[in-house]
Amino acid sequence: MSKTRPAESAAGAPAGREGVPRPPLQVRRLGTVPYADGLALQEELVGARRAGAMPDTLLLLEHPHVITLGGASDPAHVLAGPERRAALGVELFESGRGGDVTYHGPGQLVGYPILLLEEGRRDLHRYLRDLEGALIDALATFGVRAGRRAGRTGVWTGGSKIAALGVRVSSGWVTSHGFALNVSTDLSFFDAIVPCGIAGCTVTSLERELGRRVPTREAEVPVAAALARRLERRLA
Amino acid sequence: MARIEVPMPQMGESITEGTVSRWLKEVGQPVERDEPILEISTDKVDAEIPAPADGLLAAIEVQEGQTVEVGTIVAYIDTEARSGNGGAPEAGPDSVTDGAPGPDESEESRPEPGPGRSPTAGTVPGETTSGQRAAGAAGTAVGRVPESGTDAEPDRLADAGTGDRRRSRSTPLVRRIAAEHGVDLDRVPGTGQAGRVTKRDILSYIESGKLAEDSRAAREAPDEAAESEDPRPAPTSSDLWKTFYGQVQHPEFPVRDGDRVEPMDKIRRLTAEHMVVAKRVAAHVHSVIEIDFTAVDRVRTENKRRWQERGARVSYTAFVAWAAARVLREFPKLNATISGDDIVYRGAVNLGVAVDLDPGLIVPVLCDADHMSLIGVGIKIADLAERARTRQLSPDEIQGATFTITNPGVLGTLVGMPVIPKGTAAILGTGAIDKRVVAIEDPETGADAVAIRKRALFSLGYDHRLVDGAESARFLLRLKEFLEDFPADA
Repeated sequence: MSKTRPAESAAGAPAGREGVPRPPLQVRRLGTVPYADGLALQEELVGARRAGAMPDTLLLLEHPHVITLGGASDPAHVLAGPERRAALGVELFESGRGGDVTYHGPGQLVGYPILLLEEGRRDLHRYLRDLEGALIDALATFGVRAGRRAGRTGVWTGGSKIAALGVRVSSGWVTSHGFALNVSTDLSFFDAIVPCGIAGCTVTSLERELGRRVPTREAEVPVAAALARRLERRLA
Repeated sequence: MARIEVPMPQMGESITEGTVSRWLKEVGQPVERDEPILEISTDKVDAEIPAPADGLLAAIEVQEGQTVEVGTIVAYIDTEARSGNGGAPEAGPDSVTDGAPGPDESEESRPEPGPGRSPTAGTVPGETTSGQRAAGAAGTAVGRVPESGTDAEPDRLADAGTGDRRRSRSTPLVRRIAAEHGVDLDRVPGTGQAGRVTKRDILSYIESGKLAEDSRAAREAPDEAAESEDPRPAPTSSDLWKTFYGQVQHPEFPVRDGDRVEPMDKIRRLTAEHMVVAKRVAAHVHSVIEIDFTAVDRVRTENKRRWQERGARVSYTAFVAWAAARVLREFPKLNATISGDDIVYRGAVNLGVAVDLDPGLIVPVLCDADHMSLIGVGIKIADLAERARTRQLSPDEIQGATFTITNPGVLGTLVGMPVIPKGTAAILGTGAIDKRVVAIEDPETGADAVAIRKRALFSLGYDHRLVDGAESARFLLRLKEFLEDFPADA
């Protein structure tokens, strides 16, 4: 896995940009944030980023139990009805990001990069692959071998999905939403949905792969560092 | 007049198409340069598309829910009519709106997020005379009633049943969802404009479980309705055929004194039906090969401690599953199925692994087994088997197998002749692994010798409609080579 990384990033590097120092990537760890507050915050920060009032920023946080629908969501992929959701204490949101239905909750590291994609990086697929690459790199630091699957955005290990992606790009190429990495997520909550609309496949977590308890915070630095590397940035 | 095009933008090198997910502006509304006018979605990304210039949104060419190639014109902006008359001169047929908002009104009716907002022009045929004309004239307008693409629009629309009107009043997205889930839009209460069924309406309808059984049936039916021209497929002459291959009636027998009668439980009933259908459909043939487990045993002994430290137990079944998944990649026909007149070669290797529930049988599925490590397969099989026995598998975890492994050998059976699960081409049966006295050649001297080796008989049940005898033999031989020369780094 580590063998392919330099080649990949070399191929993706914008030509003639070597040596030009880029502004660093700012990281903000927010702890647990209710989903609605997260949406409002992102909306505000997207505006601030577009206006140049803020540098590129990675928000790292956790959400309380919530099921969110993306633009491509099939409502039938929410398996838990209103009563069961109430019993589980799970809210339901339309999120404004791309992708299908997903679940967020305690033990899951959620990352919202608020970036103004620069000229050479204005490619949605490339951005998704960068996010996946960063998570794959971060997982490698834990000794977990993860990878991509053609046509199925997300990060996979051993046939199970360990991280989900769903992105929004606002006017002016400003990104929001992003990724959700299962660190010590209670995976039984995924039974309430068809994860990302793919029937018959399972989800996993870092904790499950490692067979030991992993605090969510433990994944924050590797993820932030890996994303900065993929974006060819320093961490602020 | 200055009318500029808004094309579906190229949002990435490998992106060839995009779906219009939401119009943020209506025809006739003023737009400012760089102000978002619509949202598109591709893959896992939703993106806002800004207006390329100041002006009025003169026409919408691509409706919500439609997917078009990059470069397709999705809208026109009239750059001179800014704040002028809502009905821009020479606007295309799609821009004929029912009460197009004037400049003042449009300021107030800023688009609200959510599916309940008012529809865009061209999506409401059948509501007013102008709307009908729009639908009739614009052959590509997606909102039009399917069967009425002729000149006789007004009358036909007036006479059309509520179903037609409902269908015409819902967005393509809603109709697609309805078609995919076999929902009759007639039955869905619409809260949108003029009783239109919104995305939220259909969401809550599906959620409320009102379609429970019929949707399941519809999902199993061939998915022809995806384009949603007419969500209900017409009955065909092949119904008898379908009945024979799809339904099972078990004959009844007289009950005698001393007999006990109890109804089949759910697993028994499903298994009984499945087996009968599977036998009716596939042309079953079985081949058997003997496999030496010396190499597997060696790898197992060498790694046992290391695996135990990671909490993993790697069973013989895990070795066989891991090897079979890799060999299957070389034999796509064994990871395929006949479907109608086609052969469907499965893109993923999803191994069904039969688990004895005593009583009963369940086959959890190991997705993408060909991408897993040996230890990964071991952990996953142990997990699936454990959760199968404690009845904790989710429905998703027992669907989508492309090849199956069953283990009659676990209880000492030498060889089994298993039934091929329907929708697949083959099943592997692993017989008991026993120590046997065998004649071998001494690897050094080449002399014949008698040795004690762990060996097992493996049977492959395959569908002769798709797989020929020689191919099954090659598969078994390759599997034998793989297991007898098991890679140390698996």
